[in-house]
Amino acid sequence: MDVGLIFKIAGIGILISVLNIILKQAGKEEQAQMLTLVGVVIVFTLVVRLISVLFQNIRGVFGF
Amino acid sequence: MEIIRIVGLGLLATTLIVILRQQKPELALHLSIAVGVIIFTLVLSKVSDMIDIFQDLASKANVNMLYLGLILKILGITYITEFGVQICKDAGENAVASKIELAGKVFILVLAIPLLSAIFDYVVKLIP
Repeated sequence: MDVGLIFKIAGIGILISVLNIILKQAGKEEQAQMLTLVGVVIVFTLVVRLISVLFQNIRGVFGF
Repeated sequence: MEIIRIVGLGLLATTLIVILRQQKPELALHLSIAVGVIIFTLVLSKVSDMIDIFQDLASKANVNMLYLGLILKILGITYITEFGVQICKDAGENAVASKIELAGKVFILVLAIPLLSAIFDYVVKLIP
């Protein structure tokens, strides 16, 4: 498994929180909200792919 | 040494999650799921080797392979259920976690029912 994915997710999270703070300071609250949503969706796609790989592996190992 | 890698990965991920949790709890949750999956996958290859050894031993001891397969299936259900339950509990959703636990128990029971009925058949045969 690649450990790079953890750094990717953490990097996305930190970047989005920084951008969120900037947008909030500029008074664009709803765009900050949208940015948060987009970040969550991107990370969610990554994690869902990972979980699907995990479940396939478990199926292979335990003979479902 | 795999264990050093896994512990290092866990510590690193914990640090990142603690940093993220203050700003974005939802992304911290995703990060913890990803770490859980990666560690699990690292362990799974070892588990696979162990299961091969068990199957070898069982075939040498003339144990019915059906029963071993059943036990392995139950083990797999337990692992998946526990994984989901821990993540839900981590996010503070205890209600969802207990529902997942219940579902796991029900599925294990469903898998175990053929064994139970086999035992009852034996008992009935023993009684004259």
